[in-house]
Amino acid sequence: MSVTATTNALLYVGWDEHMMFATPIVLPMSLDTRFEELIHTALPSLYGEHPDFKLIDWSKAQWFQGDRLFTPRMQATLAEQGFGHKAVLRFRTPGLEGLRGSCG
Amino acid sequence: MDKRVERKSHSLGERYAAMTHDLQWETTYQSMDRVFPFDRYEGIKVRDWSKWEDPFRLTTDAYWKFQGEKEKKLYAVIEAFAQNSCQFGVSDARYVNAIKLILQAIAPIKYSLHRSLAHTGRHLRGDALRVAVQMQASDNLRHFQNETHAASVFNKYFNGLHSAPALFDAAWYLAPFKSFADDVASAGPFERIVAISFSFESLLTDTLFVPYMSGAAHNGDLSIVAAGFSGQSDAARHKMLGIETVKFLLTQDPANLALVQRWIDKWFWRSFRLMPIVAMMQDYMLSKRMMSWKESWQRFVEAPVEALFAELAQFGLRLPTGWAQACDSKEHLSHQAWNVFYGYGDAIAVHTWIPETDELNWLDQKYPDSFDRWYRPRLAHYAQRQAQGHRFFNRSLPMQCQVCQQPMFFTEKGNPRLIAYRQTEHEGETFHFCSDHCDTIFSNEPAKYQQARLSSHTLLHATDGGAKADLLKASLAASHLSNGRDQGDFSGSEDDTNFSDWGGGQDMKEAQL
Repeated sequence: MSVTATTNALLYVGWDEHMMFATPIVLPMSLDTRFEELIHTALPSLYGEHPDFKLIDWSKAQWFQGDRLFTPRMQATLAEQGFGHKAVLRFRTPGLEGLRGSCG
Repeated sequence: MDKRVERKSHSLGERYAAMTHDLQWETTYQSMDRVFPFDRYEGIKVRDWSKWEDPFRLTTDAYWKFQGEKEKKLYAVIEAFAQNSCQFGVSDARYVNAIKLILQAIAPIKYSLHRSLAHTGRHLRGDALRVAVQMQASDNLRHFQNETHAASVFNKYFNGLHSAPALFDAAWYLAPFKSFADDVASAGPFERIVAISFSFESLLTDTLFVPYMSGAAHNGDLSIVAAGFSGQSDAARHKMLGIETVKFLLTQDPANLALVQRWIDKWFWRSFRLMPIVAMMQDYMLSKRMMSWKESWQRFVEAPVEALFAELAQFGLRLPTGWAQACDSKEHLSHQAWNVFYGYGDAIAVHTWIPETDELNWLDQKYPDSFDRWYRPRLAHYAQRQAQGHRFFNRSLPMQCQVCQQPMFFTEKGNPRLIAYRQTEHEGETFHFCSDHCDTIFSNEPAKYQQARLSSHTLLHATDGGAKADLLKASLAASHLSNGRDQGDFSGSEDDTNFSDWGGGQDMKEAQL
């Protein structure tokens, strides 16, 4: 991941039930990043190595801001959807439960 | 008239009184509160200091004599080990990585705790406890030196042992240890005793001796066995000091109970959060295994700690708040910890690997309810990738708990599917924790933790949020590590090829035949 001059926050990102990545990840971000950009540029570089990643149907993914389930607006920025410095963004991909269903 | 015979020796009790209580006096040039400025601010009330006595009645003269004897024996073994090149007689070069972790994580906190205890021993106005704490301070310094000397022979032949102090200051996987030691150093004298002597030593150190000492014995490492033996008798005294001090505080004033219970809740949890490396040493790093982490936990922690607290209930104490969760995690801790170390294995000064098939079967047998279901598939996937030439390493930095500083890899109690996230807002900033217990520790004293140095954040700052290659380079440079030698997979490492070229491990193999 490369960081532009507009980086102004740390975002914590976690893919539930996929612990091949062991822990949630710290991601330096601009809060002006649009959600769609996050999904299509940042996430593949972080999680693309997992065999489940290419199977994700993004229209079915569930998103959490911390513990709270929310529906992201793809064209809106992180800031516009309430994400600030050190916010947690988690996603769950129903039907994909990690390596042989082990959440790995 | 008979000449009166002088008594040649004093009884143990008299000698103890002479070497503790009789050395005490009420100061007059300065008030006692100025001479001992730190032993009241925490709020602990002591009415009668004479009620604290060391059950071992150990006096300073006897202490130095015993310790001197132990040192002689220990250094004879360490010398002989080096003279006979016994470093090549250990079971396997993989085993040496457990020694590296002892030297990188455990030895430096012993040194730091020695400093905290030396300060505590100076600043208690009760004579007998002061003397006992000073001895514990010397013990910790001795253990630090012993571990360093016992490991020094390995430093000549294996990588990753060359710069323990720099590593301790900078490495993310040692941050929980450094943070623990710093938290102790910045606590008051009574909290320190409850932290070190009671919560860490009385409740958890026995588990450490399993991989450290028995593990060394099983793997042909007499040097570390000798250091462990030499330290273990001291640890027994520290445990007793912790238990006696807790009982003493609870009988001195009813108001002490709330403080002591809060410290035990905090320090049991902080001590427990140091256990991941111990658990994985035992289940993953010892080539010759004797018992699993789960068995060790049941035998050396669960049973004795519950018995101890049944006894302490008469003073109003209950088990620490994190107890049930700690016990619940015994099925998972070592596997989850090894997953972190394997995945971030390019940024640590130990080598990691996928266990061999017989080792995987052993894990399955020891963990029938969890290993095959949750952990074996992941290891199989890594092994498959590795066979295809794509050894897996994480490409990013881990989120860390603000209090214990562990990477956030712990799952919810009773649910190994989900990583636990907790968060709190404080003065307009969000702080994250691995558990309710770390969250509570923060909320009780936010000023102590809100500026904690988290290594992931520090690295991103140092590299301007840089790419993985820059992060790795910065991480290794900060820890004085040499890329490609000190870290990475064991297979094909310099340790692996050297050990094999030098004929290492043959003794154990022949002994088995």
